[in-house]
Amino acid sequence: MTSAPAPARATIAVQLRGITKRFPGVVANRDIDIAVRAGTVHAIVGENGAGKSTLMKILYGMQKPDEGSIEVDGRPVNFSSPADAIAAGIGMVHQHFMLADNLTVLENVVLGAEPGGFGRLDFRAARRRIMEISDSYGLDVQPDRLLEELGVGDRQRVEILKVLYRGARILILDEPTAVLVPQEVDELFGNLQELKSEGITILFISHKLDEVLAVADEITVVRRGTTVATVLPADVTARRLAELMVGGELPSPETRESTVRPEVVLDVRGLTVRAEEGRPVVDDVSLTIHAGEVLGVAGVEGNGQAELVDAIIGLRPATGTVRLGDRDLTDLNTRRRREAGIGFIPEDRQRQGLLLEAPLWENRILGHQSQRPNVTGPWIDRAGARADTERIVREYDVRTPGIDVAASALSGGNQQKLIVGREMSGDPVLLLAAHPTRGVDVGAQAQIWDALRTARAAGLAVLLISADLDELIGLSDTIEVILRGRMVGTADPRTVTPEELGSAMTGAGGTAEPAGPDRAGAPRHAAGTVAPADGAGSGRHAAGGGDAVPPDSGPGADPDLDTPLPGRQGPGLTGTGTTGTGDLANDPDVRGEERP
Amino acid sequence: MTATGLVESMTQASTAAGRRRGIRWPLWLLGIAGMLVLVSIVRLITGANDITSSGTTGAALRLAVPIGVAGLGGLWSERSGVVNIGLEGQLILGTWFGAWGAYEFGPWWGVIVGIIGGALGGLVLAIATVTFGVDHIVAGVAITILGGGITRFLSALIFVNTPGGGVTQSPSLPRISTVTLPGSGALRTLEEKHWFVVSDIAGILGGLITQVSLLTIVAVLLVPATYLLLWRTKFGLRLRSCGEAPGAAETLGVNVYRMKYTAVILSGGFAGLGGAFLSLVATNIYREGQTNGRGYIGLAAMIFGNWMPGGLALGAGIFGYTDALQLRSGGQSVHALLLLLAIVLGLLAIWSLYRGRRLRAATSVAVAAGALIWFLTTDTVPDEFVGFAPHLTTLLVLALAAQRLRPPAADGKPYRRGEAG
Amino acid sequence: MKRFDLERIGLGLAAPVLALIVAALLSSIALVISGNSPLHTFNAMLNYGTQPETVVQTINKATIYYLSGLAVAVGFRMNLFNIGVDGQYQIAAFFAAVVGGWLLLPGPLLIIVVVLVAVVVGALWAGIAAVLKVTRGVSEVISTIMLNVIGGGIVAYLLDPHRLGTIVGTQQVTTKPMPADAYLPGIPVKGGEIYGFVIVAIACGIAYWVLLGRTRFGFDLRATGLSETAAVASGVSVRKMVIRTMLISGGIAGLVGMPLLLGSSHAYAQDFPTGYGFSGIAIALLGRNNPIGIALGALLWSFLEQSAQILDLEGVPKEIVTIMQGVTVLSVVIAYELVRRFSLAQQQRRVGAELRASAATAGTGEGSPA
Repeated sequence: MTSAPAPARATIAVQLRGITKRFPGVVANRDIDIAVRAGTVHAIVGENGAGKSTLMKILYGMQKPDEGSIEVDGRPVNFSSPADAIAAGIGMVHQHFMLADNLTVLENVVLGAEPGGFGRLDFRAARRRIMEISDSYGLDVQPDRLLEELGVGDRQRVEILKVLYRGARILILDEPTAVLVPQEVDELFGNLQELKSEGITILFISHKLDEVLAVADEITVVRRGTTVATVLPADVTARRLAELMVGGELPSPETRESTVRPEVVLDVRGLTVRAEEGRPVVDDVSLTIHAGEVLGVAGVEGNGQAELVDAIIGLRPATGTVRLGDRDLTDLNTRRRREAGIGFIPEDRQRQGLLLEAPLWENRILGHQSQRPNVTGPWIDRAGARADTERIVREYDVRTPGIDVAASALSGGNQQKLIVGREMSGDPVLLLAAHPTRGVDVGAQAQIWDALRTARAAGLAVLLISADLDELIGLSDTIEVILRGRMVGTADPRTVTPEELGSAMTGAGGTAEPAGPDRAGAPRHAAGTVAPADGAGSGRHAAGGGDAVPPDSGPGADPDLDTPLPGRQGPGLTGTGTTGTGDLANDPDVRGEERP
Repeated sequence: MTATGLVESMTQASTAAGRRRGIRWPLWLLGIAGMLVLVSIVRLITGANDITSSGTTGAALRLAVPIGVAGLGGLWSERSGVVNIGLEGQLILGTWFGAWGAYEFGPWWGVIVGIIGGALGGLVLAIATVTFGVDHIVAGVAITILGGGITRFLSALIFVNTPGGGVTQSPSLPRISTVTLPGSGALRTLEEKHWFVVSDIAGILGGLITQVSLLTIVAVLLVPATYLLLWRTKFGLRLRSCGEAPGAAETLGVNVYRMKYTAVILSGGFAGLGGAFLSLVATNIYREGQTNGRGYIGLAAMIFGNWMPGGLALGAGIFGYTDALQLRSGGQSVHALLLLLAIVLGLLAIWSLYRGRRLRAATSVAVAAGALIWFLTTDTVPDEFVGFAPHLTTLLVLALAAQRLRPPAADGKPYRRGEAG
Repeated sequence: MKRFDLERIGLGLAAPVLALIVAALLSSIALVISGNSPLHTFNAMLNYGTQPETVVQTINKATIYYLSGLAVAVGFRMNLFNIGVDGQYQIAAFFAAVVGGWLLLPGPLLIIVVVLVAVVVGALWAGIAAVLKVTRGVSEVISTIMLNVIGGGIVAYLLDPHRLGTIVGTQQVTTKPMPADAYLPGIPVKGGEIYGFVIVAIACGIAYWVLLGRTRFGFDLRATGLSETAAVASGVSVRKMVIRTMLISGGIAGLVGMPLLLGSSHAYAQDFPTGYGFSGIAIALLGRNNPIGIALGALLWSFLEQSAQILDLEGVPKEIVTIMQGVTVLSVVIAYELVRRFSLAQQQRRVGAELRASAATAGTGEGSPA
């Protein structure tokens, strides 16, 4: 709870004192103290689950704090709704855009603050004002387009416009770069500088430490619901920040011996999945996974990984072939594929992995309704399922008072552990793990990694999709990079660096450099950012490109990445991603301090 | 409505492709003209002059109103994100309260009391779904049950003691005045010449302007009024945002709960108006069972209209037309329409084949053939079948039109404050 | 676990009890408004309702309502709203009666055939709505309601002396009555005879419980109702489930007319009662889709109806009962929702507390819930 030494004469735009907020079962914020100076970019960093989003909701009037006070421009305020916050000049740009697809840009922007008298909506005045703001800040929006036609970067600009339209002087940006490609991030930072020069205060929430160090004037670290430190970027390194966020040494998956066996478990050839418009989201993908091998697929979200997994498990129609061992799965439905021995840890556990209102032992059955010990013939074997659930709870350390509790009562980490235990229990030969430690606390993450490693040693083949580069590098035997639905490169996790991986993932090509011997031994965690997009773990993400790699021969033949990517910058991202900022990774201040 | 994943996946397939917000104007006019010609041809072949007579059209307009107004109620509600299956119950309340109000105080008072009755039903639905978060359909069904119960009880209490009234019906009610616009006589003469197309148009127009109840005019005006209110005012934008992205609306200071309440109460009011219309204009008596599923047909009209007032009016018109045939014991007219159905489906089959959609072509041809055979082998359609013509039409329309739909994005999803983000 | 179970039973009962209290209150208000004494009314109903003859009537009606409630509940568990039970049971009973009148078979065999016909017809009629939903995305709420009317029209058309009907007595059109040896005997008790079909009804209840709670199919069904996305990811084919579930629902609906047909009317006439389908919806809601709950709901519903018959003689409009029924349904659904939310929040709180207590060994914090 240290506070930064603020220059005596600067005005404080926002002062939070002793903010505390409790929810049933958890204390989200405890005794938060932050002072944000006017006209600065103040960053708030912390792991997921540290309480950042709750704090922002309080500041924006969507929640009320149980204790503590807020002052805006020196005056104490009490927000009962976002309208109050807006009136006080606070505007929020959410991480998950708050936009209505079926309405136009104009309608989305003016909602709640429409111009016009007698209840009439003055479209012309609205259009005029929007274009004014758009032109002065270079936001380039078209008011009459339907929102669903817009891409991610455009949507974010609409969000920013929304906020400026309401005369906000204090902007809260919640993970704004999570969905942007590198040059869009640069544009955004440019916009922020302009806004700053107009005296606007910016609160920047992020977990991308390199960006934060680049753009912020002050940084506050939040951990476990409370403020841990407020520092100036000049005084810290990314690694120090990461340690502050996690509160100690960063756990990381270690190297180990290879457990890869020669038998091919999964053989995918020419897999193509098309979107409704006909565009291929998975484009002619082929891959093989051997027994005892973990194949990690690295890629910015929205490049086809989710669809790839869906196609392999049979949730999406696809062309191409999928073989499991010597069985051809191509024409089988999801149930049959699962019965053939595929386990599936879905990306969105609440929507796809669990029946939230059902007890744990029934959730054990989910996905395995046709297998023992859950069933005998057409009947559900309650005793068998219950006993097995107890076993899973024991073996995977699922913290729960009992197996009759509804799944929704468990924390994210324990839910995930249950799912992992369940999927491993069918003795699968192949495990599809999509973001297996997303939104999971550090302890559970370590346990899940352990479980995966043990199973791998016993011969399990794993397809691992993750946005957490540390997880990918630490767990995988081979890494493939996916970009725009295609496999564009292979990497050896023992030698690749997060920057290289990151640049391949974002398609940041660049000047080719020969891979020298010094490169091969480069430390894995140079210039790392910490914490995955939604995860609470301490994985790291690509810090961005800059270190290009030369073209080379076949996959896996060398320590560095395969083909460099074609010149065009930036894939069309549609989801949250883990992009880096090209310039920053080369910044010696950011990289130089690292130690292996 | 869940198991909506199925519906969602199907509508998404089409919304991606059908990005235009509707079909273009010229295409619409062409379609209407084409239909007119076809109908005229069928009339001349079959001699069933009633299908475009002013009598039928007038009745069609009269019967389209309760369906359309109920549909508007559904639209208002669903645009704010609440599915109102209780429309039927609110309609029932409207019929009863409209009758009672008219009996006690006069016909226009009856309308007002009917609206209030329906609105009260809407209020109960709002409390159940918005405040308590009950599943929308479950709450709607409960309201429909309750509506029937309340009206029966009140009838037993009040109408039983009136001359001509009883547990299941009210006494005779005063009427609302009607107007006849000038030109009606001339159109009548034209119509009776039974000329190709001209007489049909005369018949249709004649029905629309002859002896039109004042309440009908009010109801028809509600359609453009709905459009203006929902798409051209602040209130309308905020309401729609609750049905599209309530989380976003809340973050911008829109009071989502209040909007939903307003929309659902209004929705009930509309249904109440429709009910009052049924008991005061379409007939002049309250009778139990009088609504006959029109609340649901109204919802179907709303779906047909893609949640837009214009399309809804068209759908209500179609359903009202079949309803009119049913009421006028139009066995012969429905029989003639069989031929029309066969022709239209035949054309659809050809077009589907041209587009390469063979399954659709095959089913169209099969149904067309069936209709044709039925037409040729009979003289008229039995009354019992005519009785469910509107309902069958509803089914067919929904089955055929279900593809290009774009319901409000958050329709039917229970919303809790603070869910944003 | 003991504490869990007790609490769950307690919560399970809380909702209907709460609802009944509210319903009684609101009905009392309605009674007072109409100038009657609530106590007097309830008293009269209770007295009359506990007479042996009334009890028999109650049980008989409840048998019918029970089957109707089961039919609806099967759909509800999967978030399918089969509002068409009304049409399904009528068209099923009609065709069953036709077959029963015309087919020449020994009694017991005929009964079995008649029941089978009813089940099949009911299932097929519901199947139409299922197919429309699965292929064209038509909401089953609207399609089943439309099919109700269409079914009624078809039956009305066929119930004609020129077609499938016949004239009995002076004026009444009915299907050919079934032979006497195909009458399903009742169970004689003090006060009258209980429909023999009650045994089938109870068997259906047990089958419902077994199917939903103990079979793979039932698990798939409930999973789809709880979370369609999770069910799909677990391998369930939603299309197949929709069709199968609607067929089952329609099949049970077909049985709704059987107690009457086999036990008392032995033919389908124009006055064959309607409306049981809608009562079934209310009863399924009351019973929260649970076989025992539905039974209790059916008994309650039937009791209210039967005991209200006396009210006419007491000068109270017996239609008060429809208000009671309607208000009960509404209060019940609200109460269930409240209890459900409370229960989930309670569980979350308890898990949080227990874990905090046992996490005295720190270092493994819990992070945010889910």
